[in-house]
Amino acid sequence: MFEAVLLTVITAATPLLIAAVGELVVERSGVLNLGVEGMMIMGAVIGFAVANQTGSGTLGVFAAVGAGMAMSALFAVLVLFLVANQVATGLALTILGIGFSGMIGEAFIGVPGLDLPQLYIPVLSEIPFIGPVFFQQDALVYISFALVALVAYGLFRTRVGLVLRAVGDNHGSAHALGYSVVKIRFMAILFGGACAGLAGAYLSLAYTPQWVENMTAGRGWIALALVVFSSWLPLRVVVGAYLFGAVSVLNLHAQALEFDIPSQLLSSLPYLATIVVLVLISANRRLTLVNTPACLGKPFVPDR
Amino acid sequence: MRIELVKRKEHSQAMALLSPLIAVALTALAAAIIFLISGHNPLEALYKFFIEPLTQQWSLEATIDKATPLILIGCGLAVCYLSNNWNIGAEGQFVVGAIFGSVLPVLFPSFENVATLPLMLLFGAIGGALWALIPALLKTRFNTNEILTSLMLVYVAGLLLDYLVRGPWRDPGGYNFPESRIFSDAATLPEVFGGTMSLSAPITIVVAVVLAVVLAKTLKGFEIRVMGESPRAGSFAGFSAKGLTIFSFALAGALAGLAGTMEVSGALNQLLPSISPGYGFTAIIVAFLGRLNPIGIIIAGFVLALSYIGGEGVQSAMGVSNEIASVIQGLLLFFVLACDTLILYRIRITGQRASTGEASHV
Amino acid sequence: MKSLLKATVAAVAFAAAGSAANAADVKACFVYVGPVGDFGWTYQHDQGRLAVEEHFGDKVETAFLESVAEGPDAERAIERFAREGCNVIFTTSFGYMNPTIKVAKKFPDVKFEHATGYKTADNVATYNSKFHQGRYIIGQIAAKQSKTGVAGYIASFPIPEVVSGINAFLLGAQSINPDFQVKVVWVNTWFDPGKEADAAKALIDQGADIITQHTDSTAPLQVAQERGVHGFGQASDMINFAKDAQYTAIIDDWAPYYIERVQEVLDGNWHSHSSWEGLAEGHVVMAPYTNLPPDVVEMAQATEAKIKGGWEPFTGPIIKQDGTVAAEEGVTLDDGAILGMNWYIQGVDDKLPE
Repeated sequence: MFEAVLLTVITAATPLLIAAVGELVVERSGVLNLGVEGMMIMGAVIGFAVANQTGSGTLGVFAAVGAGMAMSALFAVLVLFLVANQVATGLALTILGIGFSGMIGEAFIGVPGLDLPQLYIPVLSEIPFIGPVFFQQDALVYISFALVALVAYGLFRTRVGLVLRAVGDNHGSAHALGYSVVKIRFMAILFGGACAGLAGAYLSLAYTPQWVENMTAGRGWIALALVVFSSWLPLRVVVGAYLFGAVSVLNLHAQALEFDIPSQLLSSLPYLATIVVLVLISANRRLTLVNTPACLGKPFVPDR
Repeated sequence: MRIELVKRKEHSQAMALLSPLIAVALTALAAAIIFLISGHNPLEALYKFFIEPLTQQWSLEATIDKATPLILIGCGLAVCYLSNNWNIGAEGQFVVGAIFGSVLPVLFPSFENVATLPLMLLFGAIGGALWALIPALLKTRFNTNEILTSLMLVYVAGLLLDYLVRGPWRDPGGYNFPESRIFSDAATLPEVFGGTMSLSAPITIVVAVVLAVVLAKTLKGFEIRVMGESPRAGSFAGFSAKGLTIFSFALAGALAGLAGTMEVSGALNQLLPSISPGYGFTAIIVAFLGRLNPIGIIIAGFVLALSYIGGEGVQSAMGVSNEIASVIQGLLLFFVLACDTLILYRIRITGQRASTGEASHV
Repeated sequence: MKSLLKATVAAVAFAAAGSAANAADVKACFVYVGPVGDFGWTYQHDQGRLAVEEHFGDKVETAFLESVAEGPDAERAIERFAREGCNVIFTTSFGYMNPTIKVAKKFPDVKFEHATGYKTADNVATYNSKFHQGRYIIGQIAAKQSKTGVAGYIASFPIPEVVSGINAFLLGAQSINPDFQVKVVWVNTWFDPGKEADAAKALIDQGADIITQHTDSTAPLQVAQERGVHGFGQASDMINFAKDAQYTAIIDDWAPYYIERVQEVLDGNWHSHSSWEGLAEGHVVMAPYTNLPPDVVEMAQATEAKIKGGWEPFTGPIIKQDGTVAAEEGVTLDDGAILGMNWYIQGVDDKLPE
């Protein structure tokens, strides 16, 4: 029973985790991209369409990543080169993504999707409990863990990560030291787009293998909350994503077990929990000041 | 050859007026291409989308009705954004305002007199303001990011309304269907000018004009601008950032709540599980499109409303997907943001690689 | 640029030719609450619209607006259709009830048809289907096929239609296995594949080996397929999404009703009424019984035939959850009691949300 619940939690948490890790890198570079939902839904529809047309789930995943990157490039051009307001541009990206995905997806409605094969890692998957939970998942679950490890290592143990954080903390000094703030941010934004696209592919190819309009249903926004929830630390994103997944799944279990609570209250728990955690984290000045990218959301123009 | 952005010494007044027009033109062009690709006659579609709704009285009134909540919410948001307070939870404030505004007609249906409507509107504004104060106080007290808290509260507000309408506030004579009782005439916003337009449109225009004057001519307006552009300078002048955060959130919440109450009182006549097709979010576009200026927001709200009515027009007459409306809204916002760059910067096309310190590399 | 211009000119010419040839006798218009691509509720209504087009050919023109929010948007959409020369307007969501009535008052010459509501007028008819008849059959199948004796029920909102569906399902199941259990999860949405999938998983994890739903996406069936349990399609035949998992589906077939009513508009003998038909009239259709042993298929077909012959699943003895008697032995609940049902029968493992 517990094992089964955990499996459900993993599938609910994985898309949040992938998208949030990508956005974390973007925000570490000092850019706030509110368009995660839009990039995610474009990833979902393009991933589904390509997988459907080519018969290859792998190609679908790559196409979804490409779609997410294309959307994020649009965002990057506006906020980096044209110095547009990041909040407004991110919102525009979401609106555009939801509209375009609906138009593109019309042809794929009611078409069953390809199911991504589960990867069973030999030997390890035989271990009781740990085996099924950690070693019998679809490929994207492993990729999500690999992504977190990669980002955690890359941000704090490599030179690239150091430069990226420097750009996010003080773009003026980073520029003075000779780093191209715009270039580094562009790359970070593209990475965030790739992750959001991948998260979308997870929804339309693994979670519920089909295309339906608005199928992201607000998950992009939750990913954004998770980044703050984690106070911009990759390993905490994992905790956050799994906590969030667990709350939404346990809500359904509580109902099936006949706890006498209004379902609307249960449904609002994840949102209330996020607010509480946000308050707890931000109330602790030491925690926030260390990790918050100081230039988050501020436009960079070299001549200032 | 390179393209460079060169910062202007002053904001270009000409561009400030021209850039929204360029943006609208580019949006129309992009929309025409999309219509063409999806196999529709682009000229006919553009006509039906942007012009036809203006040619008939009923569709003009429908456009104004649709624009009203967008303008009212957008005005409040503009004050928030001008002062660097990123309230994106107006949708929730709209809903909670509607709930507060409905307390009288739902729980005290026999309270019918001249005071009913004014009290409802007052309650609605209070409700929206209270809901908006949650992220504001969390920001001033705990330094919590207001973008995320205000957004999370949108979902909570929606669930609260859902709970009330399906539970305690359900119409006792409504076969258990999820809707409140229908408001009495005393609780219904009257229609004006003999058409379908309710009193909410004139109220909204008055609010927008008053706000425009406050922003342009009063000390409060000056404070909002200064704190938005340079909080440090503002604090030297004795302005309080925290005070302004609370003020701007409360004002935006109150206006959103007022809009919510007018929507249920004037258009719906009852509470339903869902009362807003995303007004609170669309109003964010309206605020930016109107360049955070109440008069601009009136125009922007009208343009956005036009995109909804026009979107329905092309869908019903030509079978164009209903998603076209949100595509066009997204494109419009993109182009507006891109064209705004022209106000602050000059585009220079140069032949050589040399760049001065005042150019950003593109 | 030149080719773009050319294409534009060609498109203009084409459109001009198209509109000239447009002279249908009747225009039938449809307002949908969801996208036509939900593959559930709205999809089936649109299938009905397409059937009208096919049946009448050039004589009838149709138009639709999809994803129209309940409230002022709905009122405007309906009014637009009334003004654009629609002769009959089908409004296909419960929440369109008051807007429909409001617009109908302004346009007495236009016929209005409102799905699932209860307010009628001289030019407003209502129509709905007896979906609970199908639910009784799938309840019987569930009780026959379940090894654990527990079914999971993914429910949307506690309105009478959904509540009566749960009761009919359990009545059917109890007719086979008196101890059969139903676990209900309210997801508070008609359509959210992710949430529906999670609900299906939660129910399976709690011991349900049959999943049924009163929500519109195919996700719960896909989960059933993946987990090796079984379920039933909702609104449309979802067999393509769950080849091994779907036993049957309760299909909403609006085509016969739409064709009948449009014909009446054509003939000039349309009258307001409240239509509430079921399996017998073909408004509710059971998808082919699959993945079932022959004796269960026979049982299901026998029940289907019995209902078509006039028998009503809500026939006593029916005991409410609180122990009071809703219907004595042999007594059938009247339409009003079914359409306004706000109580569970004994045996439902849930408390109705207040």
